[in-house]
Amino acid sequence: MSVRLQLTDIKKTYRAVTALNSVSLDMMGGKIIVLLGANGAGKSTLMRILAGLEDPDSGTIQFNNQTTDAKSIRRVSTLVFQKSVMFSLSVYGNLAYGLKIRGVPEGEISKRIAEALEAVRLSGFEKRRAKKLSGGEQQRVALARAFLLNSNVLLLDEPTANLDPNSAAIIEKAILAKKSSSRIIIMATHNLNQARRMADEIVHIHNGEIVEASAPEDFFENPKSEVTRKFINGELDF
Amino acid sequence: MADIIVPALQQAINLITSGDPEVYATVYRTIYVAGLGTLLACLWSIPIAVFLGLYNFRGKWVIKGIFNALMGIPTVALGLLLFLLFSRQGELGFMNLLFTLNGIAIGEAILVTPIIVSFTANALGSADSQLRDLARTLGASGFRTNLTLIRETIWSIVLSLTASFNRCFGELGIASLVGGSILGETRVLTTSIAIWTNFGDFSLAMAYGIILMAIVVVLALIVSLIERLRNEDMGLNRLIFWGGLGGR
Ligand SMILES: Nc1ncnc2c1ncn2[C@@H]1O[C@H](COP(=O)(O)OP(=O)(O)OP(=O)(O)O)[C@@H](O)[C@H]1O
Ligand SMILES: [Mg+2]
Repeated sequence: MSVRLQLTDIKKTYRAVTALNSVSLDMMGGKIIVLLGANGAGKSTLMRILAGLEDPDSGTIQFNNQTTDAKSIRRVSTLVFQKSVMFSLSVYGNLAYGLKIRGVPEGEISKRIAEALEAVRLSGFEKRRAKKLSGGEQQRVALARAFLLNSNVLLLDEPTANLDPNSAAIIEKAILAKKSSSRIIIMATHNLNQARRMADEIVHIHNGEIVEASAPEDFFENPKSEVTRKFINGELDF
Repeated sequence: MADIIVPALQQAINLITSGDPEVYATVYRTIYVAGLGTLLACLWSIPIAVFLGLYNFRGKWVIKGIFNALMGIPTVALGLLLFLLFSRQGELGFMNLLFTLNGIAIGEAILVTPIIVSFTANALGSADSQLRDLARTLGASGFRTNLTLIRETIWSIVLSLTASFNRCFGELGIASLVGGSILGETRVLTTSIAIWTNFGDFSLAMAYGIILMAIVVVLALIVSLIERLRNEDMGLNRLIFWGGLGGR
């Protein structure tokens, strides 16, 4: 079954800062949507709202054509944070956390964890203390932890920011392997080449507003907005 | 001083090695009231702390302030209050708690409530909001999220319980007023020290003091040993502190 996620007129302000201003998007399962935008543009804020961790000030979110609130969007989405967070548990404990909540039997859990670790090239890391891992290793555990849950909406906030080129390539492959008609993958990145490689659609957020949303070819070769053209060429100044 | 300490040390060693039943009984009674007091306090202090630490509401800072202030409550004041309540004419006289170990334990429990509440609430409150977000995005319910946050701060909670136990252990006001220091029944280490000092047997008083100090020090050592092992080995951590609440 294909899924659909629609945002209409999402606004979010933090005191004086307008993090998101009237964001509307229509996203379909089977696609990777890449969010581009300068620091502070509002990418993480949008991710947090889509993860149900934050309520928008106004606007609606519809999942499969039904309006949802933060609580119900949380049931179908999983966010991998920009800065990885680990429980004070073993790698196994971290990976098993969400599966246990979902009542997956223990034998099944360890099997799936072994596979997930394999996918991020961390086989045999089960017993290591998650908090003692290197930054990049933690990020890969965080990704594996989210991959395991097979959510309909997979939110990845700069998933390869801390990774060496080799690991980044592995993770890109792992993300692509997660593409499915029952899953929308939304990914923020600052890496334009990565956006070009992975995106089915690129969304450029600038000062909390969407200034461009198009397929990668159009986005890079033929941007409609002036801001996006400057952004691509690294000429954007504030 | 020295002419008291040396014989006192000898007497302490004698007391311990001679197997004097009253000494062992006194140590046992002290551990009993301190342990029961701390456990009792947990029954209500941990829920209060979870509420104060993890939920936001108006006027929360006032309540936290009150608990902070109550940490310094003089034990004699609390002891006197309980003495009046527990005495035959008192409102709680019917419970027959005056001059009993359980009466002391209840007093100790009240005494350490602010300690457990304040320390635990602060630990939970400062637990990374990122951990809460992580638990929630992985599908944890509100209740489960709270369990996870408690587990993540369990070490601070253990330390607050240790501090509470020590406070009960070395406290005199409640033990003497509520307990009455009845020989063979409600006399604990601190009240033994007080009584023998009053009787002028300084070296016996000192001997009890040394036993008290020794137990406190040993307890502190055990706690830091566990902390060290915990930092090195997950397995032990899991074994000791967390059977299965919220994770592995
Ligand atoms: N909890 C918060 N409180 C106050 N301001 C916030 C909060 N979260 C985000 N902001 C502000 O909202 C704006 C958007 O932030 P956001 O984290 O969404 O940006 P971003 O696009 O993810 O940036 P980056 O590329 O640096 O990760 C910023 O100006 C930020 O300071
Ligand atoms: Mg961000």
